Amino acid sequence: MIVKRNELTWFERLYLPALIGGLKVTTRHFLNTLTTKTPVTQQYPEEPTRVLPGYRGAPYLVRDQDGHTKCVSCQLCEFVCPPKAIRITPPGPTGKPADRTNAEKMPEEFEINMLRCIFCGLCQEVCPEEAIFLKSDFSLTGLARSEMIYDKEKLLALGGTHPGIQKWKHKLDEAKEQETFPVKV
Amino acid sequence: MAWLDSLSPQTQFVFFTLLKIACVLGLLLTLVAYAVLAERKVSALIQDRVGPNRVNLPLIGSIPFLGQFLTKLGFWHPLVDGVKSFIKEDFTPGHVRKIYFWLAPAISLVPAFLVIAVIPFGSTLGAQKMVIADLNVGILYTFGIVSLGVYGVVLAGYAANSKFPFLGGIRASAQMISYEIAMGMSVIPVFLVVGDLNLGKIIEHQAQNGWNVLPLFGGGFSAQSLLLVPCGIVSFVIFFISALAETNRLPFDMAESESELVSGYHTEYSSMKFGMFFIGEYANMFAGAAMMTTLFFGGWTLPFFGLDVAPVAGEWWKGLLHIGIFMGKMLAFMFTFMWIRWMLPRFRYDQLMDLGWRRMIPLALANIILTAGVLALTNR
Repeated sequence: MIVKRNELTWFERLYLPALIGGLKVTTRHFLNTLTTKTPVTQQYPEEPTRVLPGYRGAPYLVRDQDGHTKCVSCQLCEFVCPPKAIRITPPGPTGKPADRTNAEKMPEEFEINMLRCIFCGLCQEVCPEEAIFLKSDFSLTGLARSEMIYDKEKLLALGGTHPGIQKWKHKLDEAKEQETFPVKV
Repeated sequence: MAWLDSLSPQTQFVFFTLLKIACVLGLLLTLVAYAVLAERKVSALIQDRVGPNRVNLPLIGSIPFLGQFLTKLGFWHPLVDGVKSFIKEDFTPGHVRKIYFWLAPAISLVPAFLVIAVIPFGSTLGAQKMVIADLNVGILYTFGIVSLGVYGVVLAGYAANSKFPFLGGIRASAQMISYEIAMGMSVIPVFLVVGDLNLGKIIEHQAQNGWNVLPLFGGGFSAQSLLLVPCGIVSFVIFFISALAETNRLPFDMAESESELVSGYHTEYSSMKFGMFFIGEYANMFAGAAMMTTLFFGGWTLPFFGLDVAPVAGEWWKGLLHIGIFMGKMLAFMFTFMWIRWMLPRFRYDQLMDLGWRRMIPLALANIILTAGVLALTNR
């Protein structure tokens, strides 16, 4: 497309119409903001920010609907984490068993160093159990570096319950039902 | 005040001059600090924002209504900004030319203050004329001092010893030197009309014959005053544009031009040295606004309620009112400076030079000839 550019008239080349137009715009904005008091500024700490769904804030661990730890300590997130912010201590052969059925284990300790975390969301993406989610928190503060390493209890408390599917919940029943034939679907 | 009368006239003169210097300097620095706040608030309002509204002082902040209002207004920001720039680290980069690096902020600050000395900021208060130095060559002195201001910028650009400040300094020097010519030429019609270089005399003339920008009221309508109207307006417009360029304000923000040169000549400066450039810039703006008020807008006079004559003895309230009128006019110009900043985009460097040399200077010259012609034809 060819844009037709008109020759500027003598009056326009004087620079005055543009000047007056600019004056009008700035005056209008000035008076509007002064009188109607509706500036676009958001007074952040007083007015809480609204974060859109899908925002990638701090990663937290979540519990399922029954209040059990979803994480099974598979350490995929630890492996994938680009800044190595996640450190998982697995329970080992003698450790505590998982607090839900159909899970082999749960982490002994699960630490996320929020100073290292880059909020990339790879842990959420890689988690086969949907146990870790990037929530909407974005301003994490602490008075010491050690405070910024969030442990399992803190992560679970902050993460809350996630109303997702519980993919192992009915597996035992399904397996039992498979022993009788024909299989009910 | 018996002890004052017992002093010799010379001592009295020195005493009152020092007093005036202290008052004016104190007031100017306060105004500069609050001009920065005003700049931020005006910018905010024009851009539909809120502007600075955070600083809250412990005791005053707890006064029920007033404390919150002052905080919303950002009233304490200048105070805190000042303290901040003093306690910040004053970092001198390793690659700078030390002597010039230390000298430049002072050189850019001093001329701005010196210009204020000759400006009559009021009529009289008691027996004292409200001007620090009542020079007969007031305006020549002003132009002499204003041209010194460019050295601060150039030295800063040279001292920084790196490319962006250097480019900023070069641009600033070329720009300020070019526009000084147009500025100087634009006030010549004023002197042709007034016939005196003393700024006090210029104000007196305007009180009698109407303001130079629009010489219609005061002396009554005559062919001469009607013919002088375009001359007055043209010379004011040229002076105003040159003043914007001289003080490095947008749209002639070549010396700083953040988007191209980081921040131009004061890129390498920090702490109070940067603060001094900042104060110098705003003091320059005040000097420009005061010059425009004095030369074109009748200084401390208003053409009604008998406010255009100096007060007689005992009318000290009138003297104070005159100072208020002068401040009002000056602050209106300051507001216009800030307003224009958000109205116009920055000129390109060649456009700036083109405007200065090929538009402003010929126009100013033509205006001189026109004014002289008008005065010659109407027998003055």
